[in-house]
Amino acid sequence: MRVPLSWLREHVDVPAEHTARDVAERLVRAGLEVEGIEPVGDVSGPVVVGQVVSFVDEPQKKKTIRWCQVRVAEGEEPRGIVCGALNFAPGDKVVVSLPGAVLHGGFEIAARKTYGHVSDGMICSSTELGIGEDGSGGIVVLPPDAPVGADAADYLQLRDEVLDITPTPDRGYALSVRGIARELAAAYSVPLRDPADIEPATSDDPVWPVRIEDSTGCDRFVARGIVGLDPARPTPAWMSRRLALAGMRSVSLAVDVTNYVMLELGQPLHAYDMRKLQGAIVVRRALPDERIETLDGTKRELDQDDLVISDESGAIGVAGVMGGASTEISGATTDIVLEAAHFEAAVVSRGSRRHGLLSEASRRFERGVDPALPPVAAQRAVDLLVQLGGATVEDGVTDAGSPVLPATLRVPVDLPARVVGVDYTRDEVVRALEGVGCRVEPDPAAPDQLLVTPPSWRGDLAAPFDLVEEVARLDGYDRIPSVLPLPPASAGLTEHQRARRRVGRALAAAGFVEAPSYPFLGDADLDALGLSADDPRRRTLRLANPLSAEQPALRTTLLPGLLAALRRNVARGAVDVALFETGLVFRVDDGPLPQAPRLGVDRRPTEEELAALEAALPRQPRRVGAVLAGHLRRPGWWGPGEPALWADAIDAARTVTGAVGVALDVRADDHAPWHPGRCAALLVGGTVVGHAGELHPRVVEALGLPERTCAMELDLDLVMADLPGPVPAPRLSTYPVATQDVALVVDTGVPAADVEAALRAGAGGLLEQVRLFDVYKGAGIPEGKRSLAYRLWVRAEDRTLTAEEASAARDAAVAEAGRRTGAVLRGA
Amino acid sequence: MRDEALAAFTSAGDLDALHAAKVAHLGDRSPLRLARAEVGALPPQARADAGKRVGGALRAVEEAHASRRQVLEAERDARVLVEEAVDVTLPWDRRPVGARHPLTTLPERIVDVFVAMGWDVAEGPEAEAEWFNFDALNFKPDHPARAMQDTFFVGAPDSGVVLRTHTSPVQARTMLERKPPIYVVCPGRTFRTDELDATHTPVFNQVEGLAVDKGLTMGHLRGTLDAFAEAMFGKGVITRLRPHFFPFTEPSAEVDLRCWVCHGASVGDPANPCRTCKSEGWVEWGGCGMVNPRVLVACGIDPDAYTGFAFGMGIERTLMSRHNGQDMRDMVEGDVRFTLPFGLEV
Repeated sequence: MRVPLSWLREHVDVPAEHTARDVAERLVRAGLEVEGIEPVGDVSGPVVVGQVVSFVDEPQKKKTIRWCQVRVAEGEEPRGIVCGALNFAPGDKVVVSLPGAVLHGGFEIAARKTYGHVSDGMICSSTELGIGEDGSGGIVVLPPDAPVGADAADYLQLRDEVLDITPTPDRGYALSVRGIARELAAAYSVPLRDPADIEPATSDDPVWPVRIEDSTGCDRFVARGIVGLDPARPTPAWMSRRLALAGMRSVSLAVDVTNYVMLELGQPLHAYDMRKLQGAIVVRRALPDERIETLDGTKRELDQDDLVISDESGAIGVAGVMGGASTEISGATTDIVLEAAHFEAAVVSRGSRRHGLLSEASRRFERGVDPALPPVAAQRAVDLLVQLGGATVEDGVTDAGSPVLPATLRVPVDLPARVVGVDYTRDEVVRALEGVGCRVEPDPAAPDQLLVTPPSWRGDLAAPFDLVEEVARLDGYDRIPSVLPLPPASAGLTEHQRARRRVGRALAAAGFVEAPSYPFLGDADLDALGLSADDPRRRTLRLANPLSAEQPALRTTLLPGLLAALRRNVARGAVDVALFETGLVFRVDDGPLPQAPRLGVDRRPTEEELAALEAALPRQPRRVGAVLAGHLRRPGWWGPGEPALWADAIDAARTVTGAVGVALDVRADDHAPWHPGRCAALLVGGTVVGHAGELHPRVVEALGLPERTCAMELDLDLVMADLPGPVPAPRLSTYPVATQDVALVVDTGVPAADVEAALRAGAGGLLEQVRLFDVYKGAGIPEGKRSLAYRLWVRAEDRTLTAEEASAARDAAVAEAGRRTGAVLRGA
Repeated sequence: MRDEALAAFTSAGDLDALHAAKVAHLGDRSPLRLARAEVGALPPQARADAGKRVGGALRAVEEAHASRRQVLEAERDARVLVEEAVDVTLPWDRRPVGARHPLTTLPERIVDVFVAMGWDVAEGPEAEAEWFNFDALNFKPDHPARAMQDTFFVGAPDSGVVLRTHTSPVQARTMLERKPPIYVVCPGRTFRTDELDATHTPVFNQVEGLAVDKGLTMGHLRGTLDAFAEAMFGKGVITRLRPHFFPFTEPSAEVDLRCWVCHGASVGDPANPCRTCKSEGWVEWGGCGMVNPRVLVACGIDPDAYTGFAFGMGIERTLMSRHNGQDMRDMVEGDVRFTLPFGLEV
C-alpha cells in the first residue's frame, strides 16, 4: 500500500532529519518490502496562510472577479489580490502564493496587472497546489484556526514522500498505517501513538438486526448507524489529499471516510443506505442460482461457496469482496448502516478469485484482519461522519459473533537462540515479543519457559517457531552469525548424474548445441510428425490451464521442441544447425491416471499413501534428442563438405551411448517421423531405446524444415539402466599384428552389421579389430548384391603369428560370414 | 679410405646424397667397418696399432659426416621448408563446434559448489503431486499460489497433480526417503503460468538446498549462503538477509547481494542510476529460512530432535546477474548464437 510519510509521523516520532529512504531502510530490515519512494509536492517559495479581510465583486464580460484585500502576516497591511473564485467569505483563511512562489507544474507567481488592478500574489486552489481536485470548485478554504502568515506548504503538508509498501502475505495487519507505524515504532524503539486507541461505544440494543448463519466464514459483524448526514458536505482537503496519495479516488464524504479508516486501521468497512436495507442482515452462503449486481455494475452468478451479506431482498454484498448495487449509498443518502465485520481469509480469497475481484477489502481479509478491530473502526468512522458530515449517531450497537483470538503459546526462553544461532538474553526475547504487541508472562511452572499471548492482529503467530522469527526480525537479521555447517562425508554425484553430464559434454564436443525447449505440445505437432492414431506418443496428458490453446499437452517426445528450435535458427539465418536437448517427457502407458489422494500433513504418510501419490503421476523418463540439418562437415578451401546424413544422427546416438559407456546396436526400422528406408532402431542390451535417421520427406515438408533433416531420440533412462562397472584394463600384446583384407559379396538386403558380427564370431580370439573400409556396387558385382571390404587385424598375446595362423583366422571369419549371411569372397 | 669418405661427404649436395655416401662409407659393408672387423684377426703386436688407426679414421669420418649433415640440414631448413610454407591463418572450421546451454551448466556449477562441501544432489519429477508441491510444504488449501493464475494443473483441476511450481517438493521427497543428517541440493525445471517476456518465463530453473541435522541454526544458513555467494560471484561479495514469508520456512528471509556494479553508490543519486540494482544497492537473489517444523512433521522428522534450513534461487536470475543477461527470451528460444559463447561450462 502507498503511505505518505507524514501520516506515519503522526503516529511515530521518527527523527525529524530522517527521510523516507531512512524509514524504508528500517522497514525493509523489519521484513516489509518497500517497492518505491515517491516525493510529492512541487510547490516552492513564499506560499502562506492568509486571511481575506474584504473584497469587492467586479463583473467582467464573461464572469465576475473579486478584488480582495488579504492579510498575509499579522500586523501587516493587507495586499490587493485579484481572484476568480467565489467560494469564500470575508474572514476566511486561504492559501496565498506571493510573488516568487512556484506552484504545481512550474507555475511562477509574480505581481502583475490584471482586470485593472495590480494583483500582488494569488489565492490558490487545490489543483494549483498539486493536491488534486478537492471538489470545492474554487480556492482552498482553510480551517478558521489556521495561523495567518504560517508557511502553507508546511501547514498543508504539501511536501511529502510516499512509500509504496508490500507486506508479506502472512502479515495483513501491515496493510494499514497503524500496522506500518507499529513496525516503525519497534524499529526506532519509540512508542506508538495507536490510532485504534479509542473506546468504542457499546450497547445491549443492536442498531440493526444481524444474524450470522455461517460462523466459519464470519465470526464477527459489527453494525453502527448514523442519521442526518449532510450529503452536500465535501470531504476535507486533508482527507482527500491522503486518499489521493494512497492511490484512492475521493468519491463522497461517506465513502471517503470508510476508505480513510480502512487505510488508517486496516479494517475494511462498508456503508449501506439504511433506507434501502430491507429487514435483518443475514451472513450466509449463497443460495443455488442466486445472483447479485455488485457496486461495479456487474451482474454476477453466485457460487454456493460464496459468503454473502443478505437482507430480505436477497444478496446485498459478497462478503469481504464487494458490496451490492441495491443498497449502495448515493449523493442523496443521509442515513447509513456501517458494517465492520471479520471474515475468514480463505473464503474471501476463494470468492475474490472466483469473481476476479481483487479489492482493497479482499486484499486485507485474505491476509488476515484484526478481529478485535471492528467496533473500534466503526466508532472511528462514526466519529468522523459526525464531525465532518453533521450526522447524528444512532444509540444502538450491533456486535454479533464471537471472534477467535490468538491462543497463548508456551515458548522455551532459549528457543530463539537455538534456532537463530544468536545468544539472545531473556530480556531481549521479552522486549522483542512485547515490541510486536505480545503479552509475555513467565510460566509459573517452568522458569525456562515463557507464556506468550500474541496480539489480536497477529493471527499468524500460531506456533513457537513463529515467535522465533519475531525475535530475530526485531533484533535484526544482521546480527545472525555466518557459520559453515559440517555435513558428513558424501560420495558426490551419483553415477547417473555423472553419466548425464558426460552425455551433454560429448554431444557438444561432437558439434551439437544444446537447446532446451518448453515441454508443451499440441495435436498439430504430433500430426506433423505423422504419428499413427495408436502411437503411444499420442497419449498425452493435458493441462487444465495451458498458456496456449495450440499446445495444451505435455510432451511425449523431444522432437517437436527441437525441430521448432531448428526451424527458428534457420529462419534467423543459420545454415548448418545441429541441436540437442535432454529432458523429461510425460508418458501415460495405459488408462487414465488415478486421482492423487489428499493426504493430511499432521504425520508422515504411510508407504501405501505415498505409493498412491506416485501412482497418480505420469511416467517421466528422461530422453535425449538431437536434430541436424545442413553440413556437419562444412565445405571450404579444403574442398567440398559433407551434408549431415542419416548416419550422423545414428552417430549422435553412438556419442550418447559411448559417453555412458554402453554398446549400441542398430537395426533397420520403420518408425515415424523417420524416412522408412533411413530409420534405425537403436538398441542397448537387446532393448529398443530409441530411433535415429533421416526424417520422412512428408514431415520435413509439413514442418518447413531444411531438406533431409536428420534426427535422433533416445530414452536416456533405458540407456543408463545398466551402467557398466569399472572398465577392465586391456592387456596389450607387443607381438606384431597381421592384417588381412577380405571383400565379401552379399545380397544388398543383408545388413552390414550382421556381416561384421559374423566375421567377429568366426575369427575367434585372435581378432583384435575389424573395420569395413569399402562398400562397392557395380561392374563385376551381380545385380542385387554388393561387395563389403573389411580389414581384419589379428594378433596373439604370447607369440608372433605365423602366416598360416593369420590366414586360418581369416578363413574361419569368412566361413562364418558365409554361413550366417551367404557372403562369398569376391572373385572366388 | 678415410680421404675418400671425407671427399664423398664434402661433395654430397643434399641430404639424400649424404645418406647414400654414409651407407657407402660408414655402413656395415663399408671399407672402414670391414677393416675394423679384420683388426681382430691381426697378430697381437700389429692389432693395437691397426686398431688405433682404423678407429681414428672411423671417428674422423663420423665427425665429417655429422658436420656435413649439419650444414645440409641448415641448407634444407633455409630452402625446402620455406618452399613448403602454408598460410596458417587459413580458417579450419570444417567441423562446427557445439556448446551446452548455460541453463544446464550453471546449475552444474552451483551443484559442484555444494558437492565440494559434502552435499548430495537430489532430483524429482516435474509433474508432481500437489501434496508434495504444496501440502507437505505447509501451503494451506486456499493459499493463493495454488490458484489457477500461478499453477499449471495436469489433467483435471482436481487431479491432485501439478507441474511443480518450485523445486521444494524434492526437499519433501528427500526427507521422506532419507534419515537425517540430510544435506542435499536440488536443481530442476519449474513452471508457473507467466507469459514469456523480457523478465518472465513460464518454464524456469531453480536450485534449492536443504539441510536437516541436529543443532542447525540460521547462522549455518547464513554461512552456507555466504560460501555459495562467494563461489558464484567471487570473493568479497556481500550478502544481506531480510525478513520475508514462505509457508515452508520459519523464520524466513530473502537473501540479497550487494550490487556488484555500483556497490550501493547509486542509492539516492538520481544523476548516476544503476541498471543492475535499479539504484536500490541490493539485488534480490533468493529465498531461505529455517524449515518450518510443520514440514518436518509431515515428512516424518522429529522437530524436537532436528532443525533444518533451506534456500532456493532462480537460475535465470542468477544467470542474468552473473552474465549480465538482458532478455529472458534469448535464454529459452534455443538460438545457437546465444548458447555458443558459453562453451562447455560456465
